[in-house]
Amino acid sequence: MNDSVPEHRLHYLNASYGLKSWLLTTDHKRIAWLYLISVTFFFFIGGFFATLLRIELLTPQGDLVQAETYNKLFTMHGVTMVFFFLIPSIPAVLGNFLIPLMIGARDLAFPRINLASWYLYIIGGLFTLTAAAAGGVDTGWTFYTPYSSIYSNSNVALTVIGIFVTGFSSILTGLNFIVTIHTMRAPGMTWFRLPLFVWSHYATSIIFILGTPVIAISLTLVALERLFGLGIFNPELGGDPLLFQHLFWFYSHPAVYIMILPGMGVISELIPCFSRKRIFGYNFVAFSSLAIAVLGFLVWGHHMFVSGQSIYAGMIFSFLSMLVAIPSAIKVFNWTATLYKGSVSLDAPMLYALGFIGLFTMGGLTGLFVAALGVDVHVHDTYFVIAHFHYIMVGSAVMAYLGGIHFWWPKMTGRRYPEVLARLAALIIFLGFNLTFFPQFILGYLGMPRRYHVYPPEFQALNVLSSAGASILAVGYVLPLIYLIWSLRYSPVAGMNPWKARGLEWQTPSPPPTDNFEVTPIVVQPAYAYDVLDEPEVIYAPEKAAHV
Amino acid sequence: MFGPNLPLFPEQASTLAPRVDALLYFLLAVSAFFSLLISISIVVFAIKYRRRSDSERPPLILGSLGLEIFWTAVPLAITMVIFVWGAKLFFVSFYPPPNALEINVVAKQWMWKVQHPEGKSEIDELHIPAGQPVKLLLTSQDVIHDFFVPAFRVKKDVLPGRYTTLWFEASKPGTYHLFCAQYCGTQHSGMVGRIIVMEPPAYATWVGGGGTGGSTTAAGQKLFQTLGCATCHLPTDSGRGPSLVGLIGKTVALQNGRSITADENYLRESILEPRAKIVMGYQPIMPIFKGSVSEEGVLQIISYIKSLTPQAGAQGKK
Repeated sequence: MNDSVPEHRLHYLNASYGLKSWLLTTDHKRIAWLYLISVTFFFFIGGFFATLLRIELLTPQGDLVQAETYNKLFTMHGVTMVFFFLIPSIPAVLGNFLIPLMIGARDLAFPRINLASWYLYIIGGLFTLTAAAAGGVDTGWTFYTPYSSIYSNSNVALTVIGIFVTGFSSILTGLNFIVTIHTMRAPGMTWFRLPLFVWSHYATSIIFILGTPVIAISLTLVALERLFGLGIFNPELGGDPLLFQHLFWFYSHPAVYIMILPGMGVISELIPCFSRKRIFGYNFVAFSSLAIAVLGFLVWGHHMFVSGQSIYAGMIFSFLSMLVAIPSAIKVFNWTATLYKGSVSLDAPMLYALGFIGLFTMGGLTGLFVAALGVDVHVHDTYFVIAHFHYIMVGSAVMAYLGGIHFWWPKMTGRRYPEVLARLAALIIFLGFNLTFFPQFILGYLGMPRRYHVYPPEFQALNVLSSAGASILAVGYVLPLIYLIWSLRYSPVAGMNPWKARGLEWQTPSPPPTDNFEVTPIVVQPAYAYDVLDEPEVIYAPEKAAHV
Repeated sequence: MFGPNLPLFPEQASTLAPRVDALLYFLLAVSAFFSLLISISIVVFAIKYRRRSDSERPPLILGSLGLEIFWTAVPLAITMVIFVWGAKLFFVSFYPPPNALEINVVAKQWMWKVQHPEGKSEIDELHIPAGQPVKLLLTSQDVIHDFFVPAFRVKKDVLPGRYTTLWFEASKPGTYHLFCAQYCGTQHSGMVGRIIVMEPPAYATWVGGGGTGGSTTAAGQKLFQTLGCATCHLPTDSGRGPSLVGLIGKTVALQNGRSITADENYLRESILEPRAKIVMGYQPIMPIFKGSVSEEGVLQIISYIKSLTPQAGAQGKK
C-alpha cells in the first residue's frame, strides 16, 4: 500500500457523495459517523442542561429557574446523557467503526440491521427531544413509581416511548456484534488473538441483549399504567411501587457496565500501543470483562438498601456488589503493570488513558462505600452517589471515549489532530473533572441530598467549587470539538499507521477502503505483538498477494 | 482553610453516627492507599520508562500468575472485611430495641406529619428526647419519600401503602436537618424539616404541653368504637372476628394454610383490605375500610390494637 498519495485513492469517505449516500449507507464506517455526529449532538444538549444545573446551584436559593424547571433539567440531563450519549457512544461509534476492521472483516454481519439501528436510535431521540420541547419530563432518569406512573404532570409517556424505541437500537447492535465476532474473524484471528477492545464489546453486547428488553418492558408498564390505569406499580390499585425499582435496576445497573466496559476496551488498546508492550495478563483482562458482565446482573438490589427490601436481600446484594470490585481491580493492576519496563510515550490518547485509570480507580473505590450497607444508608441518594457514578460514567467513560476518538481519528479521517492542543484538552478535562466532582463526595457525606433545587446555606462553598470546576470542564469538552473539526481540513495527512500500532485496523490505509481490506489478511501474530514490532502482523495468501 | 463554615464531616448526633464514621475512615484509608499506589506507579513508570528513542524495543512480559493471584486475593480479603463490617452496622440499625419510643410519621407531597404517642402532633418538626431509642413508623399518602437525618446517619424510604420503620438514639441535644432524600416531585427540596433533640425532662414538658386531643391510643380506641370494630372483635375469641388482644408479634394461622407474624403491615392490610388474609376459622365478612380511614387514623387504630395486651385487658391503658 502506498500512502504518500492518499488524496487520489478511493476510500470509504470519497467512494460516493451526497446526503443520500450517507443516509442509506450500509458501510459500518459511515454508520459510525452517523452515530458520531448524533451522539455528539446529544452530548452537548445534555451538557447544556448540566450547565444550567450548575449555575442554579451556585447559590442556596432557587433563583435562576423554578423548582419545576430544575427538576426537568436534571431529568433531561440524565435521560439524554445515559440513553442517548453514554450507552451508544463507544459501542456505536468506535465499536461500529473498528470491530470489522480489527477482526479482518469487510463489514458487520448484518449491515442493513446496522443502519436500521441508527434509525431506531434517531427515532427514539426525536421522541425524547419532542418531549423536552413540549415541556419536558420531571421524574428523574430513574422514573420511580408511583410518581412517574400517577403523580407527575409531565411528558412521561412520550419520553419512555423514546427510550423504548432506542432500546431496540442497542439490542440490534449487540446482536450484530456477537454474530460478527463469532462468524467473521479473519483466518488466524483466534479468540485469544482478539484485541481486548473486541472482548469488551462482546461482553457489552451480552448485556445489550439480555438487559435492554427488561428496561423496555418496565418503561412500557409505566406508560400503560399512566395511560390506562393498570395497577402494576400503583399501591392504590394493588400494585407494588418497589417492583418497578427491581425491574428498572435489573437493566440499569448492568447499563452502567454497558457504559464502562467498552471504555475499558479502549484503554486496553491505548496502554499497550503507547507503552510498546504486550498487555500484562491478557486472559485476565479478557475474562474480567465477562465476569463484570455476568456479576453486573446480580447486584441490582444495591440501589435499594433503604427502600424497605428485606435485610437478607440487602446483605446478599452487598456481598455480590463487593465481588464486582475484583475484576475491576484486576484490570487496573494489569494496565498499570503493562507500563512496567515499557517504552512510554505521553501522546494525547495516552494522557486520556492514564487519566482514565486514575478516575476509574477513584470511582471504583468509592463504589465500595456505597456497596457497604452501613455507609450506604447514610450516603444513598446524596451527592456522594452523584460524584461516585460521575467518576465512572463521565470521568472514566468519557475519558476513554475521547482517548479512543483521538487514537483512531487518523484512521477514521486520514488526518492527524493537533497534538499540543489535544494534550492541553486532556489535562483541562482531568483537572476540571476533579474540581467539579470531588467536592460532591464531601457534600454527599455532609448530607446534601441529590435533586435539590434549594439547599441549606452551609453547602454553598462546596457547590461553588463544583460549579467552577464545571466551567473548566466545559472548556475541555468544547476544545476537541473545535480542533477536531478544524483538523478535517487543515491537519497533516496521517498515513496508514502513525502510531506504529498493532492491530489489523492499522494494516489498511487511512481512511480505509469501503471493503476495509482489499485482500483478506491472514493473522500470524497474537494481539499487541509490540515485542516484534518490525515483523509483519499479517500475511496474504500467495495467489492473492499479487493484487496487493 | 476549612473552618466552621466549611466542615468536612457532618456532626455526630446519634449513637450510630460514630460507628458509621469509623467504617468510613477505614474506607478512606483503603481508598487513599490504593489511589496513591496506582497513581504513584503510573507516574513513576511513565517517567522511568519514557520513550527515549523510536527504535527501542521493550522486553516481552506476558504476565504473572503469581501477581494475578496476589492482586485478586488481597482486594477480595479487603472487600470481605468491608462487607461484614457494613452488614453488621446495617443489622444494628435495622432492628429497633424493644424499649424504643414509638412515633408515627405520615409523609405527603411535601410535608412530614408527626404523631407522638401522647397525642401531640407536629408538621416538619420532630421533637425527641436525647438518650432514648426512638422508633418511627413511616408511611406515605402519595409517592415514595425518604426520611433522612444526616447527623444521625440514618435514612429510610417512606412508601405508600405500607409501613417502614427507622430507629435511632440521639446522643446530644440540638437541632438537626431532616431531608426528604427520595425525589418526590416539584417541591422535593422544600420537603425538609428539623429534628429537635431535647434533654428528657424538657421533652417530657414539651410533649405533655396543652393543645392535644388525647393520646394516639385513645384516639385509636375511639375510632375502634365509631367504626364498629368492637362489635365483632371482642376481648375474647367469642366474637365474629378474632380477638385482637396480644395480637402484635403473634403468629397467626390463615385460612389458606399459611401463617404470618402479625406486624404493623399485616394489621394495616387487614384493616384496609380484610379479605387479603383471612384468619383460620373465621368468615370473610369484615367490610373493607380502604378509603374511609385516613393514614393517621389507621396508625391510631394500630396503636390501640398494640396496646391490647393480656395484662392491660381490653381497656387499652398504657
